[in-house]
Amino acid sequence: MKRQLVLEDGSFFIGEAFGSTEKTVGEVVFNTGMTGYQEILTDPSYCGQIVTMTYPLIGNYGINRDDFESIEPHIHGFIVKEVCDVPSNWRNEMTLDEYLKEKKIPGLAGIDTRKLTRIIRQYGTLKGMICDLDVSVREVAEYLKATELPRDQVKRVSTKSAYPSPGRGYRVVLVDFGMKHGILRELNKRNCDVIVLPYNATAEDVLRLHPDGVMLSNGPGDPKDVPEAIKMIGGILGKVPLFGICLGHQLFALACGADTEKMKFGHRGSNHPVKHLATGKVAITSQNHGYTVKKESLCNTRLEITHIALNDGTIEGLRHLDYPAFTVQYHPEASPGPEDANSLFDEFIAMIREFKKEGEIVHA
Amino acid sequence: MPKRQDIETILVIGSGPIVIGQAAEFDYAGTQACLALKEEGYKVILVNSNPATIMTDTEIADKVYMEPLTFEFVSRIIRKERPDAILPTLGGQTGLNLAVELAKAGVLAECGVEILGTKLEAIEKAEDREQFRALMNELGEPVPESEIIHSLEEAYAFVEKVGYPVIVRPAFTLGGTGGGICTNEEELIDIVSTGLKLSPVHQCLLEKSIAGYKEIEYEVMRDANDNAIVVCNMENIDPVGIHTGDSIVVAPSQTLSDREYQLLRNASLRIIRALGIEGGCNVQLALDPHSFHYYVIEVNPRVSRSSALASKATGYPIAKLAAKIAVGLTLDEMINPVTGKTYACFEPALDYVVTKIPRFPFDKFESANRRLGTQMKATGEVMAIGRTFEESLLKAVRSLETGVYHLELKDAENITNEVIEKRIRKAGDERLFYIAEALRRGFTVEQIHEWSQIDRFFLTKMENIVRYETVIRDHIGDIEVLRKAKKIGFSDAAIAKLWNISERDVYEMRKQAGIVPVYKMVDTCAAEFESETPYYYSTYEEENESVVTARESVVVLGSGPIRIGQGIEFDYATVHSVWAIKEAGYEAIIINNNPETVSTDFSTSDKLYFEPLTIEDVMHVIDLEKPVGVIVQFGGQTAINLAAELAARGVRILGTSLEDLDRAEDRDKFEQALSDLGIPKPQGKTAFSVEEAVRIAKEIGYPVLVRPSYVLGGRAMEIVYQEKELLHYMEHAVKVNPQHPVLIDRYLIGKEIEVDAVSDGEAVLIPGIMEHIERAGVHSGDSIAVYPPQTLTDKIKRKIVDYTIKLAKGLRIVGLLNIQFVMYQDEVYVLEVNPRSSRTVPFLSKITGVPMANIATKVILGAKLADLGYETGLRQESEGVYVKVPVFSFAKLRNVDISLGPEMKSTGEVIGKDITFEKALYKGLVASGIHIRPHGAVLLTVADKDKEDAVEIARRFYEIGYQLLATSGTAEVLKAADIPVTVVNKIRSASPNILDVIRQGKVQVVINTLTKGKQPESDGFRIRREAVENGIPCLTSLDTARAMLQVIESMTFSTTAMTQRMVRA
Repeated sequence: MKRQLVLEDGSFFIGEAFGSTEKTVGEVVFNTGMTGYQEILTDPSYCGQIVTMTYPLIGNYGINRDDFESIEPHIHGFIVKEVCDVPSNWRNEMTLDEYLKEKKIPGLAGIDTRKLTRIIRQYGTLKGMICDLDVSVREVAEYLKATELPRDQVKRVSTKSAYPSPGRGYRVVLVDFGMKHGILRELNKRNCDVIVLPYNATAEDVLRLHPDGVMLSNGPGDPKDVPEAIKMIGGILGKVPLFGICLGHQLFALACGADTEKMKFGHRGSNHPVKHLATGKVAITSQNHGYTVKKESLCNTRLEITHIALNDGTIEGLRHLDYPAFTVQYHPEASPGPEDANSLFDEFIAMIREFKKEGEIVHA
Repeated sequence: MPKRQDIETILVIGSGPIVIGQAAEFDYAGTQACLALKEEGYKVILVNSNPATIMTDTEIADKVYMEPLTFEFVSRIIRKERPDAILPTLGGQTGLNLAVELAKAGVLAECGVEILGTKLEAIEKAEDREQFRALMNELGEPVPESEIIHSLEEAYAFVEKVGYPVIVRPAFTLGGTGGGICTNEEELIDIVSTGLKLSPVHQCLLEKSIAGYKEIEYEVMRDANDNAIVVCNMENIDPVGIHTGDSIVVAPSQTLSDREYQLLRNASLRIIRALGIEGGCNVQLALDPHSFHYYVIEVNPRVSRSSALASKATGYPIAKLAAKIAVGLTLDEMINPVTGKTYACFEPALDYVVTKIPRFPFDKFESANRRLGTQMKATGEVMAIGRTFEESLLKAVRSLETGVYHLELKDAENITNEVIEKRIRKAGDERLFYIAEALRRGFTVEQIHEWSQIDRFFLTKMENIVRYETVIRDHIGDIEVLRKAKKIGFSDAAIAKLWNISERDVYEMRKQAGIVPVYKMVDTCAAEFESETPYYYSTYEEENESVVTARESVVVLGSGPIRIGQGIEFDYATVHSVWAIKEAGYEAIIINNNPETVSTDFSTSDKLYFEPLTIEDVMHVIDLEKPVGVIVQFGGQTAINLAAELAARGVRILGTSLEDLDRAEDRDKFEQALSDLGIPKPQGKTAFSVEEAVRIAKEIGYPVLVRPSYVLGGRAMEIVYQEKELLHYMEHAVKVNPQHPVLIDRYLIGKEIEVDAVSDGEAVLIPGIMEHIERAGVHSGDSIAVYPPQTLTDKIKRKIVDYTIKLAKGLRIVGLLNIQFVMYQDEVYVLEVNPRSSRTVPFLSKITGVPMANIATKVILGAKLADLGYETGLRQESEGVYVKVPVFSFAKLRNVDISLGPEMKSTGEVIGKDITFEKALYKGLVASGIHIRPHGAVLLTVADKDKEDAVEIARRFYEIGYQLLATSGTAEVLKAADIPVTVVNKIRSASPNILDVIRQGKVQVVINTLTKGKQPESDGFRIRREAVENGIPCLTSLDTARAMLQVIESMTFSTTAMTQRMVRA
């Protein structure tokens, strides 16, 4: 069945529908990863977005049991050049089409995704709608222009209540702003005794659990839409070691007095070089963000830039000069993408250990 | 880190002649590297023996040595030049081995030369089997289990540990003789027992077989600051078991999930870090299709064929950046040359599918064993880019230039299902086409997967193509079906066949319906960043990114994949033509499909279209670009063959007109032209039947040269000496009928002479005359050519010059022409005129200093030779003597007769230059891989017609102290001439027979002109193969033998006893 993607600038792409055939609206973004569509589909950070993959053949290895990054996908639509009907991989359990149908996510295939990518690159992220052909493109475009997209994505994707993921090691409170399973997996791998809290947990809620460390997860949307989290971070800063990823990094920056801004079309893919300023070493990282911490806003804060994006120089990592806290804009948990930065989780554990040691001395 | 200031001069070692497994990719890598080092301000000294390379142009390096790539010569250069460092990782295995040899012998230490890029230790760790295994164990990276065994019991014990199947490789048997795969006990007993028997040390290597695993490659780079990245990963469609050079390969991998991708990425990066490589490295891995289990198969600590492919597949110039890393720069401080905005430290994102298909030489070597395995057999490759796998695959298929424009087999209807199954189970070069045929016959993907182990993903895609054939056939003239067919990648030719209309009709139909491709950019970043790379591929999508500029442009057609008869020489000329077009102020556009070459480096031309060289694909570019015209003279026969159809579609062919091209190519018209010009050619006629052939041959006299009229390039060409042979040829080699006549020419046994010239229609510049060592009858590409001629009289030279000028003017050549003459009884006859660039253009350009392709291009664009400072006639001869020696890849091609004849067999060439002929020839022979020993033994077995000549040669060998061995027939002749000779037994007689003598290394040279022919069972054939497989020079032309003798004589003294006086009683 033919359907179309209409963009707010009035351009449109007619392609073949797959997945659900519902009407969907979202912010249209592109991801340059050549593998990892299953992880991308289920990354809660894409809540409210329609994602187009720049790699043309998607679905080749099907959908498997293991590679989900959340239980339910929150993506609003999925656009590819070609969707694979007959996947081939030993872990394959269903086709991409079957999965999107089951999860009621509209897909569109057979369009010139490179043209779409170039439009996004030129005009920046824009709003779009996947719909049937029997609508007026002009009207849809006007509707899109006039529509403000919802800003409550974090609330929608975060856990409603706290739950544990027990371990015998350090207790880590993981605040879920739209957490990828990968983060939990990395903490569990390090024997952490994890308790996951909803996005609106207060500083008291966090501290009441006597955590050894707090992990601020990734998540969708504009960090300024989650003021309760900024407040919570302000309340725990310095009291417990902190590690933040992606949205967690932006919230941390805001809590420390810095500012964030929307990027033209963001960073989404598995090939983003990030330079560690202290060593000069570059890691290839997995990224997915449309907002960034403003460099000039750091001047009145106690934050130090630790990492930058090699290509555009934007901030990729911060450290607090007084307190045990560091954050990164990219995804050290990978899934999908390279695992070059995986050791950041070890650094977090080491920071907890260090903090505890210092604590003992103080108490002695 | 900033670049190193403590070194100034760097020696770069090239890869030498083109052989199977080491082709043009190293010219591409070497050229990039030299230019990169110069760009950074270093003084570059280059050594390479291959004259047909861009890298040996004097503009590419500060000093160019065209000398043999041997320890002896390179040591000499090092001692003379005293470079600060040596960069060995860009010259293939040749360069790497040489660097190791130089280091081990202490030459590098003695001269204070540092190895850049990859340390000696790392090279050894990667290359030495045991050290490599140790390193992998240390890293916890799995390698296939293996063990050396000496008995069947040990074999049992090993199998108990790892299970079947296992591979058996007997130690020290050549070409893997006696080895095989065992899947059960019976086979184990059989193969291991034979293997132990055959191995001179009674040893076999047993290895767990991982045939059927997915073969995945990662191209990785690392800098001194330990930044490491993956440039590209690639998946072989053919699973483990077939050499990656012979496999169909796609980039990026298609069937790997992100977890599998990252698993193998991590392993590759761990390995490059552990080896401490500073530069590029290729890691080959085998992945179990049913689990996360994998093995590391091989690591190449250098740039390779795969890295050239990865560079073209992604746009990321690996060799250039590897060279800069070698001098200390780090990835994060270098700009990605493709985007010009981002940094080199990132991993390219592809938004298209790349397919590489190897090009095999089996069209030339019909008797060769076409089964593919671990020994590479392909001479070249093509690459294609598409937005779907189907499109990419079909574009690659029609780039091959094997007369196939679709997934189809010739004469498919005559092939039984059994044969199809066999050809799919045991992979040969045509497996892809057999698979398509099987699908067409209704065999399932599942069935074919079972036969081939090829992933169902790829088979399903092939099935999509085959299925759509039916849709096309059932919808003749349907525009929507046509549109879909083009999106899938069907060629116009394939659609035309299904619709039973002409290719041109399909093209016109499409144009009218607006079904034309757009061009997308290869930008390394999937459009994330704006790029200005002028590198494009076609696809049937919406948006076209190739912006036509206001400048006047000229299109140059490349020469496609490297094959026997059309090698790197044509790419050399193409590149020079592109540069000349730029110099002349036009926009230079190139169309080519060979990923190994300099011409497909996007920085060579103003615009690169990576496309098949078929009329359809070329026309698409022309329709968009509307160039002033197209140059077809430099792309070998590939481009020339397109000229007629291009002209028919209204495209202007620049340079020699189509009509005149045709006059040189068409036999009748050519004969007419020659007789008009009063230039003699060997007598010849066209035969339309067997009887007629016999009559003509009798009339003009034996020996005669016979060939079918419809094949070019010496294929199926033979010299026959008597009627019996002629009848055999007519019966077996050709199908003669009125549509396909056979040409019969008098074969003149004389000296062959070759000339390349540039003509502007009025003036004719002849840079030089080359004399061949081998007499006419040996293909010019397989002959040793000498410049300047050593034996020609001034009168003959004048005649050649006169004929050349007459021919150039008479044929109205504008641009290049190549003529082959034969000198017979003081008269000069024309054998062939090629109205295009030739194999000898780079050689002649380099030694005479006349940039022929450049001048020819400017002439083609309208300049006059006089304006360029050249005048009519032969240039004054350069000082010194230069020889071009052919190089063969026979050791890699089983069942191929190595004897030289009218069909070309060499894959590459080297240059030898010095002050005398003997010295130059010595260098040439040494550079071509022949060991010349001042003493030893020579084995002679010659045909009856050569026996007289053999006596003279034998005597000269005897004079310098060589021992002579011969089979009875030849021995008798020698004995009769009073030459001491040892008789060796013929093949089928008792041991030690002639084969044993060769095998045991008792002879250093074999001269064999016996029973030439393609039948593998003939004695001559077996003797020649035995020599090749034991690495002993085997000369099949007495002319070559004489030349070699001359070299040996010049190196030694002969000893002659005093004449015994008659004692008077």
